[in-house]
Amino acid sequence: MKQNDQTLPVLEVKGLTMDFGGLRAVDHVDMEIQNGEIVALIGPNGAGKTTFFNCITGIYTPTSGDIIVHTKFGEKRINGKKPNQVTELGLARTFQNIRLFPNMTVLENVMIGRHCRTKAKVIGALLRDPGTRKEEKDAAAVSYGILEKIGLTHLANEMASNLPYGAQRKLEIARALATEPVLLLLDEPAAGMNPQETEELTGLIREIRDQDKIAILLIEHDMKLVMNLSDRIYVMDHGQRIAAGTPMEIKNNPEVIKAYLGEEADA
Amino acid sequence: MDYFLQLFLSGLTKGSIYALIALGYTMVYGIIQLINFAHGEIYMIGAFTALIVASVLTILGFSGLSILILAGIAAVIYSSAYGYTMEKIAYRPLRNAPRLSPLISAIGMSIFLQNYVLLAQTSDFLPFPALIPEFEFLKPVSHIMSSAELVIILSSAVIMVLLTFFIKFTRMGKAMRATAQDKKMARLVGIDVDKVISLTFIVGSSLAALGGILIASHIGQINFYIGFIAGIKAFTAAVLGGIGSIPGAVLGALILGWTESFATGYVSSDYEDVFAFALLVLILIFRPAGILGKSSAQKV
Repeated sequence: MKQNDQTLPVLEVKGLTMDFGGLRAVDHVDMEIQNGEIVALIGPNGAGKTTFFNCITGIYTPTSGDIIVHTKFGEKRINGKKPNQVTELGLARTFQNIRLFPNMTVLENVMIGRHCRTKAKVIGALLRDPGTRKEEKDAAAVSYGILEKIGLTHLANEMASNLPYGAQRKLEIARALATEPVLLLLDEPAAGMNPQETEELTGLIREIRDQDKIAILLIEHDMKLVMNLSDRIYVMDHGQRIAAGTPMEIKNNPEVIKAYLGEEADA
Repeated sequence: MDYFLQLFLSGLTKGSIYALIALGYTMVYGIIQLINFAHGEIYMIGAFTALIVASVLTILGFSGLSILILAGIAAVIYSSAYGYTMEKIAYRPLRNAPRLSPLISAIGMSIFLQNYVLLAQTSDFLPFPALIPEFEFLKPVSHIMSSAELVIILSSAVIMVLLTFFIKFTRMGKAMRATAQDKKMARLVGIDVDKVISLTFIVGSSLAALGGILIASHIGQINFYIGFIAGIKAFTAAVLGGIGSIPGAVLGALILGWTESFATGYVSSDYEDVFAFALLVLILIFRPAGILGKSSAQKV
């Protein structure tokens, strides 16, 4: 189902394991994401999906395993790197519960995402040399462009905390895009959205992939969205990867039905 | 009327100095929720550095304003280095510890720095040269306002405008605000939070050092203990205005300066501190979060 012919991997995860004391939250999970691919990570609550995200984005240092990002500077192993370094290498994420900077405007929230792609220091900021001024102008222009694409320009000068829920979700994605990622990780982007908003979001995610050539990895419980959008799906349960394949394959996988869809059907 | 104006201006001068120190308290609190009790010591070290540099420069034959500027630069650099190092060795290792631990570490740092200066310098009051020259044009109103007061008020105002601009519009300023609001998320959008915190200490220490040299030159003497008193007053100002809020720190400092000045002028200089702290108590009773602080409803 891949629309992109490039089959270069962006992210390779090998045998990723994360222990919390005696609890193994993620157990030898492998994953590979190709350039321009939309991949979904699904599984029942407590399966270890968010822990997996936290390992990849540097919030946790995994107990063992390898996480390798392929950037234009070559392969980089990111185990144990700080979150800001991981972001610099091209991984951006959003959260299950929205985490915007509430006391900043919408535009400022996006501009913050430009931080790691700009370099003005304190001295430059106070001296207002032409380089710094140009950089600040560019950061604002790029951020505005992103808001345009996401459809939030009319709210650019609103405080982020005053935005309706759906717009806040979109703003999180805009801020993540501002860091110029090669891989965008979305943790339950459709949570709490109504069907129409979910529809819009599906379109937006597809657009990001098609236009910006960004690979996307998403955790989601909305099965319609997952089946519609994903090129491939990984399924986790009790910290282990129990299946991987196209939406069709996953739908018909008896293991998955037992662990996951079966539970849903009972509920 | 002259008397009132004189008190008003001396209160404004005092308030400006308190503001320069209070800004450091409030910025550090805003970013890591720590009351940096050693902040007053940074101000004291700034004043001592300025005194040493000024003495050397005087011997070398420099004069007036050039000494003030060079000693100011030296004080800023030296105090920044102290602020930066202090954060690194006393607070950073305790970043994830319960909030009481860094607070105790801060008190320890304060005692350490006081005694260090006491041993390295002296326990006596040292005379501080009047580095701010007398302006001719102020002669006719010299009974109301001195040149030193004018310089202190103007330079503090300029520094505060620059700081506001820095925090509001620049890249590092935005990073600071983002870090203050949500450290984890700031990291995830690519901000090196440790660097931002270091920078906050450097900026705060620089402001305190400038406050130190300005007031020392105005009052004319310093000793190892001045940081403690100034620190407590500036802390009061920051709490008065709403700790964590930058305009709050400035407002609180000015109100405190005026309260002290008018209490001294109209009542008695013995009551200076009584009025200052009575004001603090009143504000805390009626507006616990400070004048400009946001009182957030506690979830139960």
